[in-house]
Amino acid sequence: MVTSESTSKVRPSGEGKAVLPLDIARIREDFPILKMKVHDKPLVYLDNAATTQKPQRVLDALNRFYTRECANIHRGLHYLSDQATVDYEHARTRVQRFLGAAESSEIIFVRGTTEAINLVAHSFGRKFVGPGDEIITTVMEHHSNIVPWQMLCEEKGAKLRVVPINDAGELILDEFEKLLNPKTRLVAVAHISNALGTVNPVRRMIEMAHARNIPVLIDGAQAVAHTKIDVQELDCDFYCFSGHKIYGPTGIGVLYGKAQWLEQIPPYQGGGDMIISVTFEKTTYNCPPHKFEAGTPHIAGGIGLGAAIEYIDNLGLDHVAAHEHDLLEYATRRISAIPGVRIIGNAQKKSGTLSFYLEDVHPHDIGTILDRDGVAIRAGHHCAMPVMDRFGIPATARASFACYNTREEVDALVRGVDKVREIFAR
Amino acid sequence: MNDLRDLYQEMILDHSKRPRNFGKLEGANHEASGYNPLCGDRFTVHIKVDDDIIREIRFEGSGCAISTASASLMTEGSKGKTLAEAETLFEKFHKLITGDAAEPQNAEALGKLLVFSGVKEFPVRVKCATLPWHTLKAALHDGHKVVSTE
Ligand SMILES: Cc1ncc(COP(=O)(O)O)c(C=O)c1O
Repeated sequence: MVTSESTSKVRPSGEGKAVLPLDIARIREDFPILKMKVHDKPLVYLDNAATTQKPQRVLDALNRFYTRECANIHRGLHYLSDQATVDYEHARTRVQRFLGAAESSEIIFVRGTTEAINLVAHSFGRKFVGPGDEIITTVMEHHSNIVPWQMLCEEKGAKLRVVPINDAGELILDEFEKLLNPKTRLVAVAHISNALGTVNPVRRMIEMAHARNIPVLIDGAQAVAHTKIDVQELDCDFYCFSGHKIYGPTGIGVLYGKAQWLEQIPPYQGGGDMIISVTFEKTTYNCPPHKFEAGTPHIAGGIGLGAAIEYIDNLGLDHVAAHEHDLLEYATRRISAIPGVRIIGNAQKKSGTLSFYLEDVHPHDIGTILDRDGVAIRAGHHCAMPVMDRFGIPATARASFACYNTREEVDALVRGVDKVREIFAR
Repeated sequence: MNDLRDLYQEMILDHSKRPRNFGKLEGANHEASGYNPLCGDRFTVHIKVDDDIIREIRFEGSGCAISTASASLMTEGSKGKTLAEAETLFEKFHKLITGDAAEPQNAEALGKLLVFSGVKEFPVRVKCATLPWHTLKAALHDGHKVVSTE
């Protein structure tokens, strides 16, 4: 089984060869795009927080679906439909095990983190949020964990409360504690910040909220590819992530919801598959997860996501995390040694994301200059404008790491930033 | 490296570090704000128009080197021009930075703005260079307005 493999000592690599602990050169072979040249330079892909590249195994899974078993699911009685349904549901079980969920019916396929959060805002919000109620989020959230709550609050006459951060980019738990009150209906917080790399103490926050019977949604978009998740151990009520940030296809993502919530909250969209029977007098909804999956889903995407999870399970998330942590430490040391650099986000616990600001140079200019050397980073506000405002800057340059990155690539980043300084020193 | 040098020419770096005509404008009768949601660049252009002529023009805000320098050089290039002349200048500038500038007579009309010719090698940066101009245009047409590049 996948889970037992991932805890064994010797791990087969993505394509089946033994590696101890991670053979990065071999891993790079699994990702065809990494052989590309950009502006005649080898691609150095350091924008993994935006999206990760895809291993051959995932590309093959997509191709196999469209060439050998393309059919709609949950409806045909023919061979192909049956095959597609089995594979799609198999992917769901894989996600269930990957997240440590109790039941596969707690795994809902959606388009991505954004849709997962919107689903909860819509369905949970419709049933449990009313005038005067409060939702708690934090200042470091991605816009996708802010705007759906603002929309809900506006519609319901509820109020959005915001947990502040300290100068290191860590949530201030005392302030969080003060915000929790009998009107609080839900806490929505990122597991790991995409703009700062901060790993939030979500276990502790869930405990604090649950002590007052308040459910918690975790935005795991930046976490699932970098740290082992166990939703039962965390005891979160909802957990969201995007397939494309974990080596899987775009357009597919996951909402985990505790069975008790999925039973209680109303459907998200209406349509095919989410019903048991329809008459103009009365329609009976299907049970979870189908209740929340109206219409033909991204079948190939779900299967591709299953393949991606298999890939990273085989590498072993602990090994990946250790490798990325090494890269983060190395990059932090090298980048912060560059004169005029300010690292944005200095939390005690950080994931492989490094945001920085170079004195007198706009991050966009850094991005352009690095790009000419084939180095892909993100320059901008990272869809997290409130946290940029918190640090008094319009944007940052951000390098973010994945299993296939190397110290040599960090060196290329550093050379690029040196070139930026050289150009701007004139 | 050469196309980077072409993009980040000395005059561009100079204007981005020390923008000219930067700040508020007393007695402005036209203004607009421009915003690029992709990168967060944000400029406000204040203009005093009299007799169909741009008598004074200043700007505020922040952005990357290209957009800041473009705003600065735009204020220099458009001051004293009639509204129609300013719009024509923008058209010529736009052709220059999108690589659509074949006509030699453009060179003379553009003057200092020719330093932006390197932008054509960087299509994603065209929006940076045009944001101040779109803002200028909005200010002249509508008085008070926020424009966006998206
Ligand atoms: C923390 C966080 N939440 C949510 C999202 C949104 O993910 P998606 O665009 O895949 O829905 C992102 C993506 O950048 C993210 O980093």
